[in-house]
Amino acid sequence: MKNWIMKTLWLIAALFAAGQAFAQANLEINTPGVAAIQGSMQKRHGELAPLYASGAVGLTRDGNVALRDPAAVPLAQRAAVNGLIAAENQDRAALYREIARANSHPEWEGDIRNTFGQRWIDRAQAGWYYQNAAGAWTRK
Amino acid sequence: MKLRTNSHTLLGALLGVAVMAAGCVTINIYFPAAAAEKAADRIIDEVWQLKGGVPTPPAPAPGAKPAEK
Repeated sequence: MKNWIMKTLWLIAALFAAGQAFAQANLEINTPGVAAIQGSMQKRHGELAPLYASGAVGLTRDGNVALRDPAAVPLAQRAAVNGLIAAENQDRAALYREIARANSHPEWEGDIRNTFGQRWIDRAQAGWYYQNAAGAWTRK
Repeated sequence: MKLRTNSHTLLGALLGVAVMAAGCVTINIYFPAAAAEKAADRIIDEVWQLKGGVPTPPAPAPGAKPAEK
């Protein structure tokens, strides 16, 4: 008689399990916020790439970029490069925050930043500089 | 007697659903490190233009699998 109740309960349980598996498989990154930040960073990369290559700018462990060798930048351009770095780090912070928020876990922001920090370094081109685990600049 | 058994079974099923719901919440508290790496790689591909405009399946997955947290 209460068969239908049981069936409904099992269905609910199965849906929970399926939803859980889906949530585990992927992080949501297809939001307008993420797309906008990504586009802005992609445009900026054209200006940052030569600075990575020259070693003027390096990748930090915490998912940011930093001025590694000021001497590699002509004095006249230094302010512009600093502005570029500041803008990039602002976008990166916004990106990590937005991904955490899009997945309804704002507290994941730090973990997402750490994951990105590692992946930026892993996928950097040979010759670029990054901070190793001890915080020292290392050439890839 | 029959009714009693039935309500016990129902209680058990209810409890099962409650446990699964709680488990769902608990599991989602843990940071999905592997999923985050995949997401990071997809965004890095775009920002650094690592895929020459040709849409290819996921990241080249360099190195070892990430350690489970």
